[in-house]
Amino acid sequence: MSQSYNRGLIEDFSRWREFEAGMWAWIFHKFTGWVLIGYLFTHIAVLSTAIPAAGASEAAMMAGNDVYTQTIVSLEGLLLVRLLEVGLLAVAVFHMLNGTRLLLVDLGVGLDAQDKSFYASLLLTGAITVASVPTFIAGAF
Amino acid sequence: MAERYSSFQSGGRMWLLQRVTAAFLLVVLAFHFFLLHFVHHADEVSFLASSGRMEQLSYYSLMVLFLVTATFHGVNGVYNALVNQGLTGTKRTVIKWTLVAASVVLLFQGIRTANAWAGGFPLL
Repeated sequence: MSQSYNRGLIEDFSRWREFEAGMWAWIFHKFTGWVLIGYLFTHIAVLSTAIPAAGASEAAMMAGNDVYTQTIVSLEGLLLVRLLEVGLLAVAVFHMLNGTRLLLVDLGVGLDAQDKSFYASLLLTGAITVASVPTFIAGAF
Repeated sequence: MAERYSSFQSGGRMWLLQRVTAAFLLVVLAFHFFLLHFVHHADEVSFLASSGRMEQLSYYSLMVLFLVTATFHGVNGVYNALVNQGLTGTKRTVIKWTLVAASVVLLFQGIRTANAWAGGFPLL
């Protein structure tokens, strides 16, 4: 006869010391997902400056004096924005790598190496983020 | 082996769509980051450069599909996370339709923006 266990609410974060790798992967995936959907709405809001910019004169566009170009260039000139972009990259890379891991698990691939593949996702996220810093910071100073 | 946690009920249509969009987004998001941060750089952005890319039907179509899939994947993910957190009854219905409305607004504004760059729907 099967036996069931009442584990309580899964997201009872006061139990964080008991969490295993799979639980941390689930929490990080959820956290990065919230950040990414929040960013998507912000991203479209900022890019929407292209709508009024489309009405600018050709001379203004050529000179980069339209509201879209000015908005993006001003934002990219801020070191804080560049650092947030590095953070966004880290969040996106982890979500993608861990998401790949989840897709493989759903397909039955690597079921016995779920902990290892989570740790590999973390390490690879760190490596890709650190390697990308020079590109993301270029021109900010 | 660690236990597997998921916010989704396995086997449903939305479950499958979440995974199909995930596979698509893996490729297109990597392409998006690579093109707009490594090939072109963030401080070189201009309306004319964005416009030049978006006037190509292939790029325009890819970006609109990117927007649609990212919106679905993100909003469906949020909805499932909230349901998993214990959201039920009227609150669940209200949240569901609020998320649907937010998605429609995002898609509408995103496509307006793409059309502003492309000068309308690109035909070639």
